[in-house]
Amino acid sequence: MEMKPLTRVILGLVCVLVAVWLVAPTLVVIPMSFNENKSLAFPPQGFSWQWYQNFFTNPDWSSSFLNSLKVASIVAVLATVLGTLAAFGLDRMRARPATVLRMLMLTPMVVPGVVLAIGIYAVYLDAHLVGTLTGFVLAHTILALPFVLIAVSANLEVFDRRLETAAASLGAGAVTTFRTVTLPLILPGMLSGLLFAFATSFDEIVVSLFITNPYLKTLPVQIFASITRDADPTVAAVGTILFCATTLLIGGGMLLLGRERKGRL
Amino acid sequence: MNPRAENRGAAIDLAKVSKAYGNFKALDGVSLRIEPGEFMTLLGPSGSGKTTTLNVIAGFTDVTSGSLLVGEKSVVGVPAHKRNIGVVFQHYALFPHMTVGRNVAYPLALRGIAGAERERRVRQALDMVKMADFSHRFPSELSGGQQQRVALARAIVFDPPLLLMDEPLGALDKKLREWLQLEIKRIHRELGTTFVYVTHDQEEALVLSDRIAVFNRGGIEQIGTGRELYDEPATLFVGKFIGDSTVLRGDAATSGGETAIEISGQKVVTARRLANGGRPVMLLRPEKLALARRGAADEGRNRLAGRIGEAIYLGSGSKYEVDLADGSKAIVRSTLEAQSFAIGDEVDLLFSGSDVKLLADDDQADLTLT
Repeated sequence: MEMKPLTRVILGLVCVLVAVWLVAPTLVVIPMSFNENKSLAFPPQGFSWQWYQNFFTNPDWSSSFLNSLKVASIVAVLATVLGTLAAFGLDRMRARPATVLRMLMLTPMVVPGVVLAIGIYAVYLDAHLVGTLTGFVLAHTILALPFVLIAVSANLEVFDRRLETAAASLGAGAVTTFRTVTLPLILPGMLSGLLFAFATSFDEIVVSLFITNPYLKTLPVQIFASITRDADPTVAAVGTILFCATTLLIGGGMLLLGRERKGRL
Repeated sequence: MNPRAENRGAAIDLAKVSKAYGNFKALDGVSLRIEPGEFMTLLGPSGSGKTTTLNVIAGFTDVTSGSLLVGEKSVVGVPAHKRNIGVVFQHYALFPHMTVGRNVAYPLALRGIAGAERERRVRQALDMVKMADFSHRFPSELSGGQQQRVALARAIVFDPPLLLMDEPLGALDKKLREWLQLEIKRIHRELGTTFVYVTHDQEEALVLSDRIAVFNRGGIEQIGTGRELYDEPATLFVGKFIGDSTVLRGDAATSGGETAIEISGQKVVTARRLANGGRPVMLLRPEKLALARRGAADEGRNRLAGRIGEAIYLGSGSKYEVDLADGSKAIVRSTLEAQSFAIGDEVDLLFSGSDVKLLADDDQADLTLT
């Protein structure tokens, strides 16, 4: 149906408004990071790189950033491996127990983070895991695993298992079939699971606040500490850096994916 | 079988093969010998056991009991990937993440064939199915018929002594199907390997096969050439499944070597009798039936009164459905030269007793056909 010009204009305006609303908080952060004064007031005054300098030179910031990278990387790999195996198991189980198990494994997504955090904290106190790398990795993997499970399960749903039968008829054993047929076809699901797992861990704050200590802080914990202690615009600088990094990463990924798709058509 | 090609096919021997799923017997003591290089079709309605038989030969399904020899060696318990049997599926089953060329090269790579030899054999297989120009395309860029030709190339590229096809043309339209049937026949002739072909389409079976095994309810009703099955059906099911047929049922009486059946007060007679009991029914092929105006003289033949229910012009002749007095239908095919009739015409159905096939009645023959 042909749209009336007025309708088109109104629809366009609504879209622009919603877009501005969604991006505005991010866009506020960028100018604030160049503030000359030690204040988070908006609009900022003057121009300086000092907060960026602070991020790279102050060990509080750089070490917490490296900690976050380390934890998130390990969590991404661990959650992807475990989540993929779980998705496979559920896919090849009988339907009824699989439904129950799947719901059980997705609970970390529904349970309020605070509740989970209290439970984890209580156990960690006993097990001496507070403020340890292992502690962070285990806790974040709990939160990240459901994302991998969902992504890989969605991929397995559309995976045609008859292809495995075909591979067998052509001479491929179970392992070869998995390596050459199944794995390449569920790889997109695994990769998006990996990304989600990384992101989940990298910006996790609630559980992290409970299990952190002065010796091991992740970046969100450091940001939170900084902003509650003093109005340090370094947080704005960190925010801007993260914003640029994720934009580059996701933009690049989409470009790559798009090129691959085109190559096949 | 092909006398020209060297005989490279494997023989298959199934003896008393059964497959049960709980209480349901998908296969019930199936015995079947397929000769090297033969084109054997397993024909039957869905759920008759033909696909289960194919899966058993391929190794996708294990047998509950019985023996299975491929190339004179028992393969019971041998997993599918070690049987070296080519399989073509109804749903193509091409690997979507590989090009046509890589799909066809896949079984060769698994067998350690690489380099120029692999290239040569891939090209040769794609040439055979006339898909050589598509080597760099992905399956998603091909039509159904093209995909199935690639699947066929992939299944023959490693020179298996046996090729299994599970309704490979089932998802294609009629014209394409007829053309690919001839292609498959040609490829069978050129390869000389054993082909086992599953279909529910009796015309397809007649076009392709050296012999046909007719499956019904987990067992084989009859094995024979198309002509044997059409001319001498062993059971009512086979008679009805292969080609058009008219079945006459009624009170039967045998005296001497003769069997008579009474249909709404009219008696038809044939000089045959059932060898081993059962309620006799008569089966007639459409070209053995003649039509005449009601009461026209033609003594010495069986005669049944009826009315034309449907008249179909076929170009090469006409096909009539005749409603008989007892409510059953007769199917008559007549040549162009024969007298033509219109719907509603009162006619006599004429046939000689020697053209009647006398078969034991089977209550379930009709049910399993639908």
